[in-house]
Amino acid sequence: MKPTRYDLGNIDIAWCPGCGNYSILNILKNALDELDISPENLVLVSGIGQAAKIPHYLKSNVFNGLHGRSIPPATGIKASNRNLVVIAESGDGCMYGEGGNHLLHAIRRNPDITVVIHNNMIYGLTKGQASPTSQIGFKTKIQKDGVSSEPFNAVALAISLNASFVSRAFSGDIDKSKEILKKAINHKGLSIVDMMHPCVSFNKVNTFSWFRENTYYLEEDFDYTDRLKAFDRAIGKDKLALGIFYINERNAFEDNLGIYRNNDLPLFRRIPDEDKLRKLIHSFE
Amino acid sequence: MVVNEFNNKLIIVISGQAGQGVSTVESILTSILKKNGYNVFATKEYMSRIRGGCNSSEIIVSDISINSFCDKIDILFPLDKGYSSHLLKRISRDTIMIGEKGNFYPDHENIIEIDFSSIARKLGGNIYTNIVIAGLMLGMLDTDISISEEFIQGFFGKKDNEVIKKNIEAIRSGMAEGISLKQIKINIEKKEFVKTNLLFSGTDSIALGAIAGGCNFIASYPMSPSTGVLTFLSQQSREFGIIAEQAEDEISAINMSLGASYAGARSMVTTSGGGFALMIEGVSLCGMTETPLVIHIGQRPGPATGLPTRTEQGDLEMVLYSGHGSFPRIIFAPSTLENGFCITQKAFNLADKFQIPVFILTDQYFLDTYYDIEPDTLDIPDTGNKSCIIESNLDYKRYELTINGISPRSVPGYGKGLVVVDSDEHDEIGHLTEDLDIREEMNRKRISKIEEIKKAIIPPVLLGDLNRNYVIVSWGSTFNVIAEALKNKEFKDIALMHLIQVYPLHDSIPEYLKNKTIILIENNETGQLGRLLKLEFGINIEKRILKSNGLPFSKEEIEENLRIALRS
Repeated sequence: MKPTRYDLGNIDIAWCPGCGNYSILNILKNALDELDISPENLVLVSGIGQAAKIPHYLKSNVFNGLHGRSIPPATGIKASNRNLVVIAESGDGCMYGEGGNHLLHAIRRNPDITVVIHNNMIYGLTKGQASPTSQIGFKTKIQKDGVSSEPFNAVALAISLNASFVSRAFSGDIDKSKEILKKAINHKGLSIVDMMHPCVSFNKVNTFSWFRENTYYLEEDFDYTDRLKAFDRAIGKDKLALGIFYINERNAFEDNLGIYRNNDLPLFRRIPDEDKLRKLIHSFE
Repeated sequence: MVVNEFNNKLIIVISGQAGQGVSTVESILTSILKKNGYNVFATKEYMSRIRGGCNSSEIIVSDISINSFCDKIDILFPLDKGYSSHLLKRISRDTIMIGEKGNFYPDHENIIEIDFSSIARKLGGNIYTNIVIAGLMLGMLDTDISISEEFIQGFFGKKDNEVIKKNIEAIRSGMAEGISLKQIKINIEKKEFVKTNLLFSGTDSIALGAIAGGCNFIASYPMSPSTGVLTFLSQQSREFGIIAEQAEDEISAINMSLGASYAGARSMVTTSGGGFALMIEGVSLCGMTETPLVIHIGQRPGPATGLPTRTEQGDLEMVLYSGHGSFPRIIFAPSTLENGFCITQKAFNLADKFQIPVFILTDQYFLDTYYDIEPDTLDIPDTGNKSCIIESNLDYKRYELTINGISPRSVPGYGKGLVVVDSDEHDEIGHLTEDLDIREEMNRKRISKIEEIKKAIIPPVLLGDLNRNYVIVSWGSTFNVIAEALKNKEFKDIALMHLIQVYPLHDSIPEYLKNKTIILIENNETGQLGRLLKLEFGINIEKRILKSNGLPFSKEEIEENLRIALRS
């Protein structure tokens, strides 16, 4: 791994040896470096789980909140200061399970944030239960007869909601994933990166080689503005497609807010207008 | 002809189905009467429905401020023939009903029949009925038509001239009826200074206070009776630079608001008990990350959905203990509208200073009540930038250990440092840690802020001298009605100790209550403040006046219960 300005030096990292999260950290740092985003200007927001620890392992402002709740604070942060680059990262349990409702509505709201879901199709930190993306038949100590629920297809869901930017990546492909992530961060509006990665400790089915065998990249000339085609690829049964499925350029949430129409300042730099307040109070006479 | 005479004050009630415009009459009448120099008070009670049922508004017109709900009804305008059982209880033989034939309560004798609908129809339709009724009252009182005209122009300002013209005609027709009504004689003195008094509601007081406190972010989910604050701030969004977002649920609302606060916004949420229940994990996050937040809770009766449109002071204990783990908090419960404005403003400053959640507990009664107040009673700050936010340097530590537990707070993008906050236990920088010594140090640091917070506790409001044998203890929205009841000479041996800050409690409280017979008055079933006083100070309270049927205490009810308390 080449050194970056985000390195924290010799720190204690809570991931298992060989965990896919190391690659995602590497991808993230390199993408940020190439985009020349300064740590002071970057906010990483996360929930709870092994993936949600990632903000602690690089130089950045951090809001490590509650399980399932990374997207709401990320929305609030970006709305309050549009100069910040805001990335929400958490696992599949956090983003698709506990925080599913926030994901749905964030897609509708379209804040200019990047949402990276570390998707290893299992719960790691709680020691190996099914996640919303676990495949049918996947057996765990709790799902002892195998998972019977339909797996959560975030990419298809996001396209169905006319999301602004929808992609899927695989942690094993550092360079390709880095390019997808860079485009996601640069995209104005909500960008989703469904980042597949293996869990070496608990998921013995969806392993590194499983991902190699069961994924393919969308063609280079794939038309990511065609919603129906994107949806068709998203629900493909055979192999999981990787790459950018869909881009729908539209105004970001915070740019629709009236408060920025005549004033670019972030909220913390604004001073309340006492004269206006007095005028408002007098309007109650 | 019997002439009914009303001196110094008049209590009017308008009742009707939801959708019939009871509230419209209320707001037109109160505004115009105030502008003529009458003191006014208005409050409403309503059912959880959009059309139908029986809702009512009470308006008190007086020559000195009477800002309390009264059971008595001098004049009732029934817009419909339906009467709720709680409204019927308030109708006495002396109550004069004015309205259309079919709407009078069967067998009620004291009636004045006026065919408002046919007057309205002559003007162009039933739609003008409410305005004619308002006009009638304006005619019965001594009001200036030009004030009414000006108000109607403003009220319907966005509609076309024809609509405004018709409504002014409706007011005039009503006034003519009112002036010719000889059975009622009203003697209430007008006061010049009242004309420029402010007339707003509890909801307005909280929202205006928020703006005065520098609020520039609110995310919430609609829930009666708290939604008005979100609506108000949304309306003022552009003017005051406020982001007002309707979140997908209360969980999102509080987490969004915390994110905004982390980034330097002055942020709040508004909700009611059930919505707040969903926010409680967020309260704990607020405590752990030491992110300032103002939480307004408009209480209504629970458990669960309870009575959605009614009032209660039932959420003190939930708010007091909300959030797992230990961390300091402040809980305010404004007593009056003036106080609601000042307290809310203060809440933002204290949340910022101590980096804690600050709660404002109101209720449906407080939020839906209007009366006129003197502008000078609102303490408007010289706002400037009172923010405690600092610019960070390269070695900035968000949770630096300090003597009073308060770490200087910076925000991302302001300075060379990084701002790291974590819901996990964390070190001084903010990174998660499982070092148990650090855990203990950090936990102590957070909890120790209480000492600094205690220095700023608002002392209780005291009415009556300290030699009296009885002391009423109460909190929040019940202040006016208790104070009004205590004007009665029968109660000259009763003082009042009213709490605006219900947590932490001021340490003078036990001293005031020593060797007194305490009478607890709370609008809930279990006496939650009483239990807190027992817990904090070991104070035992034997006499309790409690109520939880969804309605506020009336002045008469307080009087009656105080009489019982004095006798027993």
